[in-house]
Amino acid sequence: MNWLQQLGRAGLNFFERLGRGHIFLFYVLAGSPGMFIRFRLLLQQLFSIGVLSLLIVAVAGLFVGMVLGLQGYNTLVDFGSEESLGVMVALSLVQELGPVLTAILFAARAGTSLTAEIGLMKATEQLSGMEMMAVDPLQRVIAPRFWAGFISVPLLAAIFSAVGVFGGYFVGVGLLGVDEGAFWSQIQSRVDFYDDVLNGIIKSVVFGFAASWIALYEGYDAVPTSEGVSRATTRTVVHTSLVVLGLDVIMTALMFD
Amino acid sequence: MSEVLVRIRGLSFQRGSRMIFDGLDLDIRRGQVTAIMGPSGTGKTTLLKLIGGQLRPLAGTIEVDGENVAQLSRTKLFQLRKRMGMLFQSGALLTDLNVFDNVAFPVREHTQLPEELVRDLVLMKLEAVGLRGARGLMPAELSGGMARRVALARAIALDPMMIMYDEPFTGQDPISMGVLVELIHKINKALGLTSVVVSHDVAETAAIADYIYVISNGKVVGHGSPDELDRSGSEWVQQFMKGLPDGPVPFHFPARDYADDLLSGEKC
Repeated sequence: MNWLQQLGRAGLNFFERLGRGHIFLFYVLAGSPGMFIRFRLLLQQLFSIGVLSLLIVAVAGLFVGMVLGLQGYNTLVDFGSEESLGVMVALSLVQELGPVLTAILFAARAGTSLTAEIGLMKATEQLSGMEMMAVDPLQRVIAPRFWAGFISVPLLAAIFSAVGVFGGYFVGVGLLGVDEGAFWSQIQSRVDFYDDVLNGIIKSVVFGFAASWIALYEGYDAVPTSEGVSRATTRTVVHTSLVVLGLDVIMTALMFD
Repeated sequence: MSEVLVRIRGLSFQRGSRMIFDGLDLDIRRGQVTAIMGPSGTGKTTLLKLIGGQLRPLAGTIEVDGENVAQLSRTKLFQLRKRMGMLFQSGALLTDLNVFDNVAFPVREHTQLPEELVRDLVLMKLEAVGLRGARGLMPAELSGGMARRVALARAIALDPMMIMYDEPFTGQDPISMGVLVELIHKINKALGLTSVVVSHDVAETAAIADYIYVISNGKVVGHGSPDELDRSGSEWVQQFMKGLPDGPVPFHFPARDYADDLLSGEKC
């Protein structure tokens, strides 16, 4: 019976955390209008979360695009259709790799720092201190970070995909001799804005929402000790990665039937 | 206006299965420095959090300036907190802001004062704690004592009616401790505040307190002025005030007979 009890306890803990996470989200969203009045807070967070993630996202996008160019060429050349390399690279990036990898990179670069920052603010009583000064930390600290993440991820995903296409171009056209005109014209004719680009944007918006929510909640709910913050930071990366990949499966099934 | 600013009646609070307070009664009078003393782990900090509405009691009432804290809406609780200051044990300074901005933080959040006035106000508060010259330093550059003085300047920034001090003397060198003792005493007098000092530093606290409550096992075990407590007939109070190693709070954790334990040879 012991394992059954443990299973029950684990299930209860899971649903309790899930419930608290939703209450947390409700208060963050409810506290958001006040944050937009103090726009400076949002701009500061857009810089530290979005702009400072730009380099890692751009470099990763470049490398992923180059790898796609190499792998795609090797496959397509066997069928004599290497001119389709551009569209293969572009569709892979816009529909899947751009949104998914950006969200995972975001969790690793910005999500972990958000979790650690909020967790340490909790451990050092900064959040309690704010509450005692009659300042709502959900409105003052959490909401700007949440919206900055939500706005940053789709923009970073767009940059990831754009840089990735250029990575594929450098390898395909620059190194492997694919026709430049065919590379770009096939992208122009075969990548549809509504079916491909817009669906990719929707995905990255959903991933941005989920990644920001998870990172901030893990920090806010962290046990206020060094070990607790360290565990919360790990959970941010693991949970965000799994949630993003799971949501990707569901959304892909719904969008690209 | 009632003479009592904080009235606690029948307060019970539980953490997990452990009862922290069990029917606690306590009054904090306006204009006085009231000390809450007791050994570590008796729930002194918890009591401050209950008064500040950060925790909710299991039973009983906590009235601050006539308002039942546990029954206030979030908005009304925040209104009340604007009239309360709290000095955390760690200082709880915002680590991404410098000393000036930390003290200015509650002023900027709750008022629409022009920046020139905020500057003057902050410098006056920093002058009161002797740290006007440290306005540009970051919290990481401050000593523990300085951090608490900055936190004190921040706590008085909005001219509250009361300030709660959570273990203000813990871990301080004698000079910093002397400075803090003097500051708490002077600020309370100069601003006409009500101060609640939670501490287990007997000599320092007794030097500035008008009234002391000694709590243990969730109840008040002794109360009175420092002189009255010095003369108290309670063995428990005497042990605490004089720092005796043995007494009603035993030196030894409860265990079986010493000789039996040694001779039994059982694995630990």
